[in-house]
Amino acid sequence: MNAPNTTAEALLDGRPEGSDGADQMGHLVTGELDLSHGVALYLDDITVSFDGFRALNKLNLTIDAGELRCIIGPNGAGKTTMMDVITGKTRPDSGSAFFGQTMDLTRLTEPEIAHAGIGRKFQKPTIFENHSVFENLELAMKTDKRVWKSLLAWLAADERDRIAETLRLIRLDKEADRPAGLLSHGQKQWLEIGMLLMQEPKLLLLDEPVAGMTDDETMRTAELFVSLAGKHSLVVVEHDMAFIEKLGGMVTVLHEGSVLAEGNLATVQNDPRVIEVYLGR
Amino acid sequence: MRKPLTLRVLSALDSKSWLALGIFLALALILVPVLNLAVPEDSAFHMSAYAITLIGKIMCYALVAVAMDLIWGYGGILSLGHGLFFALGGYAFGMYLMRQAGSDAGALPAFMIFLDWKALPWFWLGSDSFVWVILLVVVVPALVAFVFGYFAFRSRIKGVYFSIITQALTYAAMLLFFRNETGFGGNNGFTDFRLVLEHSITSPQTRLVLFGLTAIMLAATLVFSRWLVTSKFGRVLTAIRDSESRMMFIGYNPLWYKLFIWVVSAVLCGIAGALYVPQVGIINPSEMSPANSIEIAIWVAVGGRATLIGPVIGAFVVNLAKSWFTVSFPEYWLFFLGLLFIVVTLMLPQGLVGLWKKLMLKKGAAA
Repeated sequence: MNAPNTTAEALLDGRPEGSDGADQMGHLVTGELDLSHGVALYLDDITVSFDGFRALNKLNLTIDAGELRCIIGPNGAGKTTMMDVITGKTRPDSGSAFFGQTMDLTRLTEPEIAHAGIGRKFQKPTIFENHSVFENLELAMKTDKRVWKSLLAWLAADERDRIAETLRLIRLDKEADRPAGLLSHGQKQWLEIGMLLMQEPKLLLLDEPVAGMTDDETMRTAELFVSLAGKHSLVVVEHDMAFIEKLGGMVTVLHEGSVLAEGNLATVQNDPRVIEVYLGR
Repeated sequence: MRKPLTLRVLSALDSKSWLALGIFLALALILVPVLNLAVPEDSAFHMSAYAITLIGKIMCYALVAVAMDLIWGYGGILSLGHGLFFALGGYAFGMYLMRQAGSDAGALPAFMIFLDWKALPWFWLGSDSFVWVILLVVVVPALVAFVFGYFAFRSRIKGVYFSIITQALTYAAMLLFFRNETGFGGNNGFTDFRLVLEHSITSPQTRLVLFGLTAIMLAATLVFSRWLVTSKFGRVLTAIRDSESRMMFIGYNPLWYKLFIWVVSAVLCGIAGALYVPQVGIINPSEMSPANSIEIAIWVAVGGRATLIGPVIGAFVVNLAKSWFTVSFPEYWLFFLGLLFIVVTLMLPQGLVGLWKKLMLKKGAAA
C-alpha cells in the first residue's frame, strides 16, 4: 500500500526527473515506444489486493495499437484500479504490465508513464479552474516539463497553432481566454479530453468520458473518439450502452477483478454469464 | 520569433505598475535623503533617523512577505519557519559586522574573547571578507532550504504537517543558537557593530545607503517575482497548488517545482535578513522564535495572498500598527494581532487587496 512513495524512491535512486524512461538502473526500460508486434498494452496476471480484498484478480488484457476498446462491468469490478495500475498510481502485487514491447509500467513513476505516452482522463473532470482554457491546454502540451524549461518557456508559432487546432476540435475556441472554472460540465469534459490530446499520447485511458453530457454532446464525443482511433489506442470505461454501440469497438466485461467476457457488443450482451452478473446483483 | 528574456521581464509589469515602482524608488532614493540631510532638524518636514530605520526595517519585512507570498500564495505551501532563513541571512552578515567591530583585523569578536576562545571556529573563516559573507548570505539559506525541502517534498509532506515541521525546524535552530558553544554569541547574539566596509554604521550617510539598497532590493524582488509568476513556471506552480496529482499525470514532477520556489523564497529571506541587521544593529536567536514566523504569515494574509503587492502592504500596515501599539498599549499588541488575524481570515479571505478590488468593482458597477 505504499505505492505513492514510488516517485520518491525513484528520485532517491538518482533517476533524473522526466528521464524519458532512460535506463539508469538496468531496468527493462527503453526510451522509444516499441509497437512492432502491433500491441500497445499487455496486462498479464495482474493482482492487486487492498487489505485482503482483491480489486484485481489475475487480470489479463491486451490492447492492440490503434484499437478502440470499451470496458464495462458493475461497480467494484476493478475498472478504476486497472487504470491506476496502468498509470503507475497503484503497484500490482503480482503480474506484469507492459506498454509496447519494452516499457515495464510497474517500474516507472507516474510522470515517466505520462511522458512515455499514456494519457488518462479522470471520471470527475479535473481541469485547472483558475487557469484559462488556453492555459489548461498549454500546461498539458507535450514538451520538456522540467523547471528550467518552464522558466524560460515561450510559445512558438507552431505550438500556438497546435493549441488553436485542439481548441477547434473540442469546440472551445470561443472560450479560450475564459477561466476554465466557468465552463459547463460538458465543456469541462471536452477540455479534459483536449488536454489529453495535447499530450500526444499513444494510449488514452478514458474513465466515463460522457458522464453528465447531453445526448448531443455524447454523440459528438463518440465521433471524436472514432476519428482518434487508428492514430491512438483508446481504452474507454463507460456505462452508457448507446455510446458504446456508437463507438463500435471490442468490449471487455470485467467482473470481480478479472475478465468475464470479450467480444463485440452484441456477443457480450447475449453472453449468459454477463446477463447473470448484471441482473443477479 | 521568441521574445528575449529581458523584454519578457519588462513586459511582466504593466505601465502603471512600472510608474508606481519608479515613484517608490524616487521617494526612497531622492526624497528621503533630502528630507533627512538637507531639511533642518527643527522643521516639520525633517525625517528623523528613527523614521528611516523604522521604514528600512519594515521594507526588509516586506521583502520577507513577498518571499512568503511566492511559496504560500502561489505554491500553496504554508511555511511557519521563514524566520529561520531571515535569521540565517542576518547571522551571516552579522559575522562580517562582528569582525569589523573588533579592535584590529585579526581580533576575535568580543563574545569569543569573553568565552576565552583562542581561535576562530572553522565556520568563521573568511568572515572578514565582504564578498565571502555576501556569498554566505545567499548560499546558507539556499542550502538549508534545499536539504530540508528535498526530503519534505520528496516524502510528499503537505498542508498542516509541513507547516508544523517548519515551525519545529525554526524552534530547534533557535535552541541551537541560544547555546554559547554554537559560536554565534548565544542568547545575546551579535550587536555593538561599528563599521561596514570601513564606514561608520551609525553615520547618516551609511544609514541612507542601507535604506536605498533595501528599497532597490524590494523593487527588484517585486519585478522578479512578477515575472516568475507570469511565466509558464508560475502557471505550473499554481496548477500544482490547485491539483498536484493531476499535474503528475500530465507529466510534471512537482518536487522540483516546489523545491525551486522554496529555495528562491529562502534566499530572498536571507537577503532581507542581511539588510535588516546593519540597520537595526542587532541579531539574536529570538528572530527564530516560532511567533516571528507566524507573524510573517499574518502580514501576507492581511495584505492578500497571491498578489505580491498585498504582502508589502500587509507588512507595512501590521508593523506600523505594531510600532504604535507597543508604545501606546504594549500589553494589548498580541491581542490586537490575534484579532486582526481572525478578522482577516473570516471576513477578508483575499486580504486588503481583495477588499480594494471588491470596492473598485462595486464603484465600477455603480458608475
